[in-house]
Amino acid sequence: MIFGSGIFKGLAVTLKNLVNSYFRKPEDGGLFTVEYPERRIAVKEAYRNFPFLVYDGTQAEPRCTACDICAKECPPKCITVVREFDKDAKPLKKPAVFDIDVSVCMNCGLCEEVCPFDAIYMDHDYEVASPDRQQKLLFHKEDLLKPAEYLRKIRPVDAAAIEKRRREAEEKKKAAAQAAAAKKNTP
Amino acid sequence: MPLLAEEVKSRIETAEPGIAMKVFRNSILLEKPEDLLRAAAFLKSAPDFRMDYLASVTAVDYLKYLESVYHLYSIEKKTGPVVLRVRVPRKDPRIPSLVGLYRGAELQERENYDLFGIVYEGHPDLRRLFLWETFEGHPLRKDYVQEDSEVLEAADIEWLDRHGISSPKEVRQHALELRKQGKRAVAEKDGKEGA
Amino acid sequence: MHRTSVRDRNEIDTQTLEINFGPQHPSTHGVFRMHVVLDGETIVSLKPVFGYLHRNHEQIAENITYLASMPYTDRLDYLNAMTNNFGYALAVEKLASIEVPERAQYLRVIMAELTRLVNHMALIGFLLNDLGAFFTPVLYAFREREKILDLFEEISGSRMMCNYFRFGGVKRDVSDGQLAEIQKLVEAFPRFLDEFEALLAKNEILCMRCQNVGVLSPALAVNASLTGPVLRASGVSYDLRKVDRYSLYDRFDFRIPLGAKGDTYDRYYVRVLEMHESVKILRQALRGLPAGDTMNKKMLPFLKAPRNFKPPVGDAYGRIESPKGELGYYVVSDGSPQPWRYHVRAPSLINVTVLEDLCVGHKIADAIIILGSIDIVLGEVDR
Repeated sequence: MIFGSGIFKGLAVTLKNLVNSYFRKPEDGGLFTVEYPERRIAVKEAYRNFPFLVYDGTQAEPRCTACDICAKECPPKCITVVREFDKDAKPLKKPAVFDIDVSVCMNCGLCEEVCPFDAIYMDHDYEVASPDRQQKLLFHKEDLLKPAEYLRKIRPVDAAAIEKRRREAEEKKKAAAQAAAAKKNTP
Repeated sequence: MPLLAEEVKSRIETAEPGIAMKVFRNSILLEKPEDLLRAAAFLKSAPDFRMDYLASVTAVDYLKYLESVYHLYSIEKKTGPVVLRVRVPRKDPRIPSLVGLYRGAELQERENYDLFGIVYEGHPDLRRLFLWETFEGHPLRKDYVQEDSEVLEAADIEWLDRHGISSPKEVRQHALELRKQGKRAVAEKDGKEGA
Repeated sequence: MHRTSVRDRNEIDTQTLEINFGPQHPSTHGVFRMHVVLDGETIVSLKPVFGYLHRNHEQIAENITYLASMPYTDRLDYLNAMTNNFGYALAVEKLASIEVPERAQYLRVIMAELTRLVNHMALIGFLLNDLGAFFTPVLYAFREREKILDLFEEISGSRMMCNYFRFGGVKRDVSDGQLAEIQKLVEAFPRFLDEFEALLAKNEILCMRCQNVGVLSPALAVNASLTGPVLRASGVSYDLRKVDRYSLYDRFDFRIPLGAKGDTYDRYYVRVLEMHESVKILRQALRGLPAGDTMNKKMLPFLKAPRNFKPPVGDAYGRIESPKGELGYYVVSDGSPQPWRYHVRAPSLINVTVLEDLCVGHKIADAIIILGSIDIVLGEVDR
């Protein structure tokens, strides 16, 4: 073996790759660069970036009931929830204030896992950069509320399973209420 | 394969008499810190044990005392662990260092000194590992209170004066009051911490 | 700086030079500082200085629940998130005596071995970067690494900070489509490894710069508590997957590559051979993956309410063979939802104990390669 043959073998590998990059497909050794921002790679369904709140009908009826569980479980404590009270100072099942400090959030997804009302889910939007840390990186309730169709669009498989579960829970509740009403009627 | 603490204790007692030990949760609690070197040396050299690998040196703060926990394994015999515990009081905690027997204890003992304040006697180079040299206090102790870095104290005012930077009158007065009372500016515990 | 006198040229009066291989340096694999005393280009003494990435991970864990620490463990050794999660899950399962179903254990093994591939590719790439092969091996290795990271994104939601393991199982099941992707990757991997070996293994520059540099004797390695490929390159056969046999590793048939001399070239080549063994384990795990649940049924309610998880009073030390060495977690519980004490036995910190012994007498350029072959990640060293 002549001295230097190892280097030549390595150079042959790189030459082969260079020639192949013109003729092969991206997954097989071709060029796989995607020119961002003109083109983007689609993110996977399970991808988790910052959270968002889901509402079913209008923005005034979010699924969130201000139970504060997501704020308690959040590891870096980036969620702030304040319950809304009506004019007679009775508590309502709605949040008056729901702030997420996005500069603190670490995209772990625990808030989505523990929410008992299917109200908070992880978004796919990663283009949230801003030049201002105090104003733009604190998301308020209006920035966070998105409709249920949005959840279906970004996470079709998960949304189908969630809606099936919610429908079944609704039907069970209705059946239980009917059975209780029937029992009350027949003494 | 785990070794039972009872068997290890009886072996140590027969080979090295005079070491007071108790079995605590499948680990050996040495009553006197000075016996640590003898027990560890026996475990390292005895042909039945050959515990030549010190996996971890950890310190824990149980409010009445500090405890140093050692996990020993055997690479030669693929057995282990043998867990040794040593307890020391919070004021002036001193434990003999295992660096002479196991080189791997060097950085871990420095870390325990840095975060808990346990002094390992015989360590070749006992100084802080993660925090800077002039840091005061030992953060992982349960009674550690963090200083509030936003409030200026008398020493900070003196530094500012030396460098020709003025400070408002209320800030100076507050700093002088703190010094008169002999207190440090401490951070308030955030009410949201913990579940 | 030296002064020469014309009369006696045999005795040149020299001084040693103290420099800081400072925290900002492209080759120190993070914010890591080495205080080096040089005589010309030869190293006289070397003292590593840590603490630039200290984020008091252990103190944060004392204030939050057990499950809430799991995303923080991702960020310890930030290249291998899955194995960090694995060690923590093992420690807490030991503490609370939680059983893990079989399918979850197989999935854990698959994720751990994929992480081993991810780590060794990054390491080999960056070691060769330090040698001067400017970025070609890095990008060859990263092409394959990207496929594995895309898989992690599909399965767990995030490329690097996976947060996939839970106490008693894993977070989500793997669909058949994702299993087919893993299978495709595993089939294509040996071809990539062969190409990589043709690119590098007999390269004369690599051999001349790495052989006989930083020789580590087995006695010193065992005494200094080194573990992982660094220990195995010196000829000591100790792999936690074979010794502890955690998570059904005894069902898989694989060998442990050992090195002969313990120099930098052995540390590099042991990792290449370990990648071959990981591919073997992956094939067997994919073939034998059983059906079943991915989570212990008794622990399912705690997924929705982690603040109710109160393990019994006691302590436990759980350890795994992470790609860098033995990663151990020591957890002490006092019966409340927050741990009383939580300590991470980081392999990178302990492996740096011998850096001075290995580097003294070599040139400064060799110190970079020796540090690169010991494979540290500052997130783990400083926690």
